[in-house]
Amino acid sequence: MDIRVFLLLLLVLVSSVEHGFSLYEDQVGLMDWHQRYIGKVKHAVFHTQKTGRKRVVVSTEENVVASLDLRHAEIFWRHVLGTNDAVDAVDIALGKYVITLSSEGSILRAWNLPDGQMVWESFLQGSNPSKSLLSVPINLKVDKDNVILVFSKGFLHAVSSIDGDVLWDKDFSAESIEVQQIIQPPESYVIYAVGFVGSSQFDVYQINAKSGELLKHKSAAFPDGFYGEVLLVSSDMLVSLDATRSNLVTISFRKEEISFSKTHISYLVGESLGIPVILPSKLSGILAVKFNTLLVFIRVKSEGKLEVVDKIANAAAVSDALSFSEGQQAFALVEHVDGKILLTVKLSHDWNSDFLKESIAMDHQWGLVQKVFINTYIRTDRSHGFRVLIVMEDHSLLLLQQGEIVWSREEGLASIIDVTTSELPVEKKGVSVAKVEQNLFEWLKGHVLKLKGTLMLASPEDIAVIQDMRLKSSEKSKMTRDHNGFRKLLIVLTRAGKLYALHTGDGRVIWSLLLPSLRKSGSCKHPTGLSVYQWQVPHHHAMDENPSVLVAGRCGPHWDAPGVLSFVDTYTGKELNALGLTHSVAQVIPLPFTDSTEQHLHLLIDSDQCAHLYPRTSEAIGIFQREFSNIYWYSVEADNGIIKGHALRSNCIGVVDEYCFNSSDLWSIVFPSESEKIIATATRKLNEVVHTQAKVIADQDVMFKYISKNLLFVATIAPKASGEFGKPTPEESWLVVYLIDTVTGRILHRMTHHGSQGPVHAVLSENWVVYHYFNLRAHRYEMSVIEIYDLSRAENKDVWKLLVGKHNLTSPISLYSRPEVMTKSQSYFFTQSVKALAVTSTAKGITSKQLLIGTIGDQVLALDKRYLDPRRSVNPTQAEKEEGIIPLSDSLPIIPQSYVTHALKVEGLRGIVTLPTKLESTTLVFAHGVDLFLTRIAPSRTYDSLTEDFSYALLLLTIVALIAAIFVTWVLSEKKELQEKWR
Amino acid sequence: MEKGKGVMVGGRRWAVDFTDYSTSPSSRDVPDPPGFSRASQDQDDSTLSRQKKDAESNWKSQKAWEVAQAPFKNLLMMGFMMWMAGSTVHLFSIGITFSALWQPISALQGVGKVFEPYKDVKVDLLGPKLLFIALNLGGLALGVWKLNTLGLLPTHASDWVSSLPPAQEVEYSGGGIPIR
Repeated sequence: MDIRVFLLLLLVLVSSVEHGFSLYEDQVGLMDWHQRYIGKVKHAVFHTQKTGRKRVVVSTEENVVASLDLRHAEIFWRHVLGTNDAVDAVDIALGKYVITLSSEGSILRAWNLPDGQMVWESFLQGSNPSKSLLSVPINLKVDKDNVILVFSKGFLHAVSSIDGDVLWDKDFSAESIEVQQIIQPPESYVIYAVGFVGSSQFDVYQINAKSGELLKHKSAAFPDGFYGEVLLVSSDMLVSLDATRSNLVTISFRKEEISFSKTHISYLVGESLGIPVILPSKLSGILAVKFNTLLVFIRVKSEGKLEVVDKIANAAAVSDALSFSEGQQAFALVEHVDGKILLTVKLSHDWNSDFLKESIAMDHQWGLVQKVFINTYIRTDRSHGFRVLIVMEDHSLLLLQQGEIVWSREEGLASIIDVTTSELPVEKKGVSVAKVEQNLFEWLKGHVLKLKGTLMLASPEDIAVIQDMRLKSSEKSKMTRDHNGFRKLLIVLTRAGKLYALHTGDGRVIWSLLLPSLRKSGSCKHPTGLSVYQWQVPHHHAMDENPSVLVAGRCGPHWDAPGVLSFVDTYTGKELNALGLTHSVAQVIPLPFTDSTEQHLHLLIDSDQCAHLYPRTSEAIGIFQREFSNIYWYSVEADNGIIKGHALRSNCIGVVDEYCFNSSDLWSIVFPSESEKIIATATRKLNEVVHTQAKVIADQDVMFKYISKNLLFVATIAPKASGEFGKPTPEESWLVVYLIDTVTGRILHRMTHHGSQGPVHAVLSENWVVYHYFNLRAHRYEMSVIEIYDLSRAENKDVWKLLVGKHNLTSPISLYSRPEVMTKSQSYFFTQSVKALAVTSTAKGITSKQLLIGTIGDQVLALDKRYLDPRRSVNPTQAEKEEGIIPLSDSLPIIPQSYVTHALKVEGLRGIVTLPTKLESTTLVFAHGVDLFLTRIAPSRTYDSLTEDFSYALLLLTIVALIAAIFVTWVLSEKKELQEKWR
Repeated sequence: MEKGKGVMVGGRRWAVDFTDYSTSPSSRDVPDPPGFSRASQDQDDSTLSRQKKDAESNWKSQKAWEVAQAPFKNLLMMGFMMWMAGSTVHLFSIGITFSALWQPISALQGVGKVFEPYKDVKVDLLGPKLLFIALNLGGLALGVWKLNTLGLLPTHASDWVSSLPPAQEVEYSGGGIPIR
C-alpha cells in the first residue's frame, strides 16, 4: 500500500515536471565529462617554417582530419568524415590549405589551415577502382594557378588549388595500366605516370602538365615479372621486387629507353634472411628493406647499382626524408633497445654520421613504435633541431623532442570495442578521516561561500570560485566507492588490444594495459580483441578478492581461429592469467551462476558448436552439472537466414576434456532467402533488473508483463530493400519483426511493416521492444513499440487469494508451459536517423525508463518511454490521464532540453552504455565513438536524494538557530513564571 | 492558574465538619434544643433532596444523550469536508481523511471518560453510550469509505501484485550472432 502511495506521488511529481532532466548552464561539467580524440594517425603533415605556427595536420584511421598544437597536443580543429569516407592522403597546398583525398580518391577537399573551414570540395569522376595518389607539386603552375595532381579511379586529374576546379583530366581506364606512381620532377612541365601492365610489363606515360596532353608512351617488358609496388628512390629511379621476391629491380624511366637492372638480394646482404618487404619511406637515394625484424638500408647509385649501407636489428620504424637547409635531407629511425627507444636522425647523403641520437625511456604500456614523422625547427642558436611524432602499437600519439616525451595522447580510446564496469575499493576508515581533518578549514570555507551564494550575498568573484569548486570537487574523483555508487571504473577494450580503466568521476585513465596475450607473437599472428566481461565481482563472502574482468580474443581474422582469454585484475591493472585456447571463440555466454569465489561461469561456444565451460574448476563443473538440462544456447546465422536453438548433450567425443560439451540442434527457424534477410537482433541486457511483473493500468486493473530473459527480437527485410537508400520501391520492400523464445524456438509475435526499410536499430527491455526504421511510403523514419503481456496469469485477480498468498505468480516457470501472450504495438514518426539505441537501467528497476537515442548529429537524446506506449490514444479517459498516458500524436517530440549531451557532440558515435548506480533514481550514461562522454541522468528526477547544490550549511544554521530560539524562549518563560508566582 | 488552584487545595490541611446528618436524638449526648423538631425537618429535607436528585439525574441523562448525539454534527461536517476535498490524492484530502479516521477512534477510546460526569445510579448510560459508539463507528466508516475512494485501500488485485517480482525462469538460454 505504501509503495502505491509512493508511486502515485511519484507519478504526480513526474507529470507535473515534464522535462526535469534538462540542465542549467552552471551545471555543465558537474556530473559529465567529455574527451576528444582523433584515432590512430595515418598521415601527418607539419606546417612549413613559413607558416610559423607550431602545428601538425593529421589524418587518422577513424577518418578524422585534425590540426594539433605541437606544444600542448590540443586539437585546434577537427573534422570527422563519414564512416565510409576514409582519408587516402593529406598534404598542404599554397601553405594555407590542407588538401585531403578521401573515399577511395573520389572526394578532394581543401580546408583552411588556421581554422579548418572548408574552402572547396570537388568530386572526381571515375569508375575503375585503382590506387589513389595525391601529389601537390610546389612550383607547377597552369595559368598562374597552382595545380594539384590526383590519380584516382583510373583518371589523372589536375585540380586548381584555388577553387578545386578540374583543369584537365586524362583517362587511363581504357589502357590496361595499373598506375603506381605519379612523378612530377620539379622545374619541368612533364608528368610521368608509371605503372604495370599485367605483371611483367612496365609502362611510362609522359603528360604535359599544362594541358594534359599525352606526350610520349614508353613500354618495356620485364620477363621475370614484378611483385608489389614500386618505390621512387630518386627523381629518375624506381625500385621494385621481382615476382620471386628474391631480386631487387631498379627501373630507370626517364631516359629514352626504360632500363631494368636486377640485383639478387642474397648477393647484397650476404645470406638469405627471409622474405623482403620494401618499406614505403621516401628516403632520397636510399631504400629500406625489411626482413622479419632486420632492417637493411640500401643506397641506389647511378646505373642502378645497389650497395648496402647499414643493417639494423631492432628497428621499428623509419620516417620519410625531410629536406632542411641547403638541400640537406634527414630522416628519423626508431629502434627498440632494452626497454628504451633509440631515436636516430640521419642525413641521407652522409650515412656514417648520426645527426642526432637520443635514447628515451618509455612506458612499455605503449608497445612498439609503428610510425614516425619527422619535423625540423630552428633552435635559438640558429642550428637545426628535430622533433618526431611517433604512433605506437596501442594507437597513442607521442611527440619526442630533445630526448623527452613532450606530450602523449591516448588515441586508442577513439576505437572502443567493448565496455564493462567494475566497482572501486571500499573506503578505509582511517584514510577518509585524516583527509577530512586536513581539509576541515577548506570545507568550512567552501560551505560559507556556498551559503553566501544561497543567500545572494556572493560577489561575482565568489560565484566564480564557487563554480570552480563545484567542477573540481575532489569528491567525485576519489578512488573509493561512494555511498551512491556514482564512482566506478569503466573497463574499456580498444581495437589495439589495450585495456583502459577510466574513472567515472572525471574520466581520467587509472591504469592501462596492452594485453600481452593480444599482441603479435609466434603462436598468435593476427590477434584481435573481441569483448570484455565481468569475471569476478566480489561481494558478500569474497570481499577480500579484487574484482577481475575476462577479455576474449582470437588469433586471426577468421572466426574459426583459436581463441585467447585473458583475466585482468581491475584494481591493479595486472594480467592475472592468460589462456591460449585450442578451440575457437564464436560466442561467449555469461551464465547466471557464480562459484564460491564469486567467479561468473561462462560458456564459450566454438565454431564446431561445442560448448566449453570456464572457469575450469571442479566446483564450476559441479554447479554446471546441476543446471545442465536447463541450459540452452542459440545461434543466429544472419548470412543463411537461419536461427538455431541448441541443447547441451554430453561430453565432447574424441577429446578428453570434462569441460567440453557437445550440443544438438533442438529447433530452427529458417527465413525464406528470397523474401527475408536478417538485419538486426536484440536481446535483453543480462544485468537488467525488473522490479515487478504487473502493470497497473487505469481503474486499478492489472496486466501481467511477459518478462523473459530468453526473448529475442529479430528484424528481417526484403533482400531487394537491403541496398542503398532510394533504390527499392515501397511495393518491393518490407520489414518483418519477430519475437522469439530462444528456449523453445516459439515465435511469440510476428508483424510486417509494408513499405519499410532498414537500417533497423532495436532495444529490448522488460516486456517491450522499441525499434527504428525507415518508412518508404511516408518518406520518414519511424519508431515502433511492441509490448508483450502474459495472458496465462491474467486470472490471478481474486483479492482474497492474493491476500493469503494462494497464487503461483512468483513460483518458477518453465517456458515449455507455453504461456499465452498478447501484444500491443504502435508506431510513430521520428524525424532523425539513429546511430545507436539504448535504454536506461537502474539498480532496482523501479524508476521509469528513458530511451537513449544516438542521433545522426552525434548527440544522445533522452526520450521518455511514456511516449512509446502502445496504449496511447487520441482522447485518453480521465483514468488513463491519471495513469500518465500522453494523448496520441503521430510523431515523437524532440525536446531540445532533453539532449543529455547538451551542447557537446560525441563524434563518430558508436555505442551507448548505461550503468546503474546504487541510487535508484540515477543511472550513468557512457557514450563512445571517436569522443567519449559520460553523464549521470535521473529519468524521474532525483526523488531519493537531495540535489547537489543543496546547502547543508543553511540547514545546519537553521537548526542551530531554532535550537537557540527554543532555549531563549524557555529561559524567558521560566523567568516570567517565577515573577508570576512572587506577585 | 491550574497550578495556583492546586496549591490552594493542597494547602487545606484540616477541617471541621459542622453538618449533622444523624436523625435519632438518642444517639447524641446533647439533647436537642427546645422547639427543635428533628423529625419534621428530616422529612422536609429528604423530600427536598430527593427532588433535587431527581432533577439532577434527569439533567444528567439529558446531557448524556446530548453528548451521545454530538458526533452526528461532526459526521455531517466531516462529510461536507470530504466532499470538498475531492477524490484525488493530495495533502488536503489525505489530511482530512486521516483526521476523519482519527477522531472516531480517539473518541471510542475515551467513551468511559466522556460519560464520567453523567455517571449516576439512577441514570442509564447504556443507551447514550451505544448511540455514541454507533455514531463514531459511522464516522469511522465514512473515513474508510473516503480512504477507499482515494484508492488507498488494498481492495484490488493490483494492490497485491504490483510489487511482486517477476517469476524465475527454469531454463536459461544465451547466444546470438557469432562474434565476427
